[in-house]
Amino acid sequence: MRLLIFRKSRSQSLPTISGFATPKHPVNIFRLLRSLILAALCLPAYAQQEAVPFYKAIDSVEARMQGCVTCHGQSGQGTNNGYFPRIAGKPAAYLYNQLVAFRDGVRKYPPMNYLVAYLPDAYLREMAEHFSKLRPEYSPRDATTMDANALARGKAIATSGDAAKQIPACIACHGASLTGMNPGIPGLVGLRATYIAAQLTRWRVGDRGTVEPDCMKRIAARLSESDVGAVSAYLAQQQVPAGASPESPNLVRMPFACGTQR
Amino acid sequence: MRKAYVIAGAVAIAGIAGLAVMWKLSHKGYLPEPAPTAAMVQVLSATTQLIRQGEYLARAGDCVACHTEPTGKPFAGGRPMATPFGNIYVPNITPDDETGIGKWTNDDFYRAMHNGVTRDGTLMYPAMPFASYTKVTRADCDAIYAYLQSVTPVKQKNRPHELRFPFNRRDLLVGWRTLYFKEGDFQPDPKQSAQWNRGAYLVEGLGHCAMCHTAINRLGGSSEAQAFEGGMIPNQNWYAPSLTSNREAGLGEWSLKDIGDLLQVGVSHRATVYGPMAEVVYNSLQYMTDEDTQAMAVYLKALPQRESEPPPPSSARLVEPAVMESGRRNYEKQCGMCHGSEGKGFPPAFPPLAGNQSITMTSPVNSIRMVLNGGYPPGTRKNPRPHGMPPFAHLLNDEEAAAVVTYIRVAWNNTGTPVTPKQVNELRKLLPE
Repeated sequence: MRLLIFRKSRSQSLPTISGFATPKHPVNIFRLLRSLILAALCLPAYAQQEAVPFYKAIDSVEARMQGCVTCHGQSGQGTNNGYFPRIAGKPAAYLYNQLVAFRDGVRKYPPMNYLVAYLPDAYLREMAEHFSKLRPEYSPRDATTMDANALARGKAIATSGDAAKQIPACIACHGASLTGMNPGIPGLVGLRATYIAAQLTRWRVGDRGTVEPDCMKRIAARLSESDVGAVSAYLAQQQVPAGASPESPNLVRMPFACGTQR
Repeated sequence: MRKAYVIAGAVAIAGIAGLAVMWKLSHKGYLPEPAPTAAMVQVLSATTQLIRQGEYLARAGDCVACHTEPTGKPFAGGRPMATPFGNIYVPNITPDDETGIGKWTNDDFYRAMHNGVTRDGTLMYPAMPFASYTKVTRADCDAIYAYLQSVTPVKQKNRPHELRFPFNRRDLLVGWRTLYFKEGDFQPDPKQSAQWNRGAYLVEGLGHCAMCHTAINRLGGSSEAQAFEGGMIPNQNWYAPSLTSNREAGLGEWSLKDIGDLLQVGVSHRATVYGPMAEVVYNSLQYMTDEDTQAMAVYLKALPQRESEPPPPSSARLVEPAVMESGRRNYEKQCGMCHGSEGKGFPPAFPPLAGNQSITMTSPVNSIRMVLNGGYPPGTRKNPRPHGMPPFAHLLNDEEAAAVVTYIRVAWNNTGTPVTPKQVNELRKLLPE
């Protein structure tokens, strides 16, 4: 019963939220209040329900992916926990590389290492392809606590880089709209600041890495701790473009050679 | 006449040259390998047959699980094995002359398997299951030896163990061996069928099931009197259930098909494997033939059952109503979709919880772990795309997790006992999060 109510209310609640986010009409206090109350009522239910096990047919990919849903959501959209990333719509090869790295213990995160420890390549590839094709709604962005100076520094790193420290812009590889690049570079848009900062820190200290030449290792090593905070906060604030998908690898010449793009 | 000889000779030379080229090409992988036909199988050389047999037996013994690092070269060792006494680094068993077993003879190899003594006379630590492997026949050891000599040699030095004093003193192993090691071949039981005996040979020998399913004491030994009675697996925080109790993983009431499926497929209509047993199925048991799997099933089903008293009645009445209600609420919300409101599950995709011995057995460790961390069964040849269960550690606090585990242990006439938030908390601290 609860599920049914939720399935119905989800489609109704979303236009309300997006209408609230970009008010083009003269502000109507009553409408605004109503939107706020509706959003407050619907959002937690939306985020939670989408992270509860649910499937239509047992012999389906959907049913097989239930092991992912309490952290990454039914469609890979992420949950309201800031440390669990959105995985939907990231390039399939990127997701596959991560799954293999988790299975083999190369990327260290014990809950993931444990879950995929005994899954064969072909199945991990199927999981990766499944989530790479999904385009669920993005969850609303969290408000940032960063000050304007830090956000400006974050914007500079993300959009033009820092020539003095030889840091290329994020958009040089992660796409002009930060939606990633096929086959191996993940989108950054729609991720939360906590997750991005945690990952950048892992790269910086050598806890996370990828196939050589490991371009991200070179970049992360040049970021200071405050750079990590600033760029994470800025990235988490970015608007998601309509129809966000990874870019084609032929559009740009990348500043560093990356093993995952070969 | 002479011309005919020349032509015949030329044809013969061309033929030989052609064959040589074909052989060379196929050897380099340029030509697709022809599918083996019955005739070809017959002409396999004795060596090839021996090596193939050895490969199968090495899988039955699950050598690869310990002797290979997750991203390392097969059998090159180096994998740290955590024990209560410190880390043991598993040695290189590729046929490299300097760092592996390249210089070992088949006699050396048999002595290692049968007696737990290396080529240079060093006593092995019992992390190597020689107490089980001692039952493996000389012929099977020779086949495994032939297989290991055929794999790619890897030059990789063995890492010294990091064992605490006094366990770093190998001379103490003399005492350990007196207490816990009995050398001896497998003795078939003439009163049992050939199938039962084959199963016993695999379970007690290469399968080394007793390493986990018999309790390990503080000295890392186990007693034969307690064989297969279950126990906590050191350092892994999983409970290996008793194979001799119908109230744990005793298989007396199971069908042979379900036992075989659990071992070889990883899922069955009665239960599903996770954790260390998933590793065993993934690396070893999925490769066993149907005949060998059935033989093991026959033997395991026939293991003597230790207790005769009936299981206790459901203790649902003893659980506080508020706890029961919290457990039921979270069950309906999070678990019911896959396990059904009556706990019947949708086997083999989602295992049943009602009447599932691994839920109701005395130790609640595995049930608590599953609720906290979820799990995927192993992807196997017969079940390459298993269904998985998500973690709930981040959604349920200790009280809620204890209530939901209590609920599944006592609902539907299940005969388990309630668990406390403290038990959940202790495991939560030990487990990956």
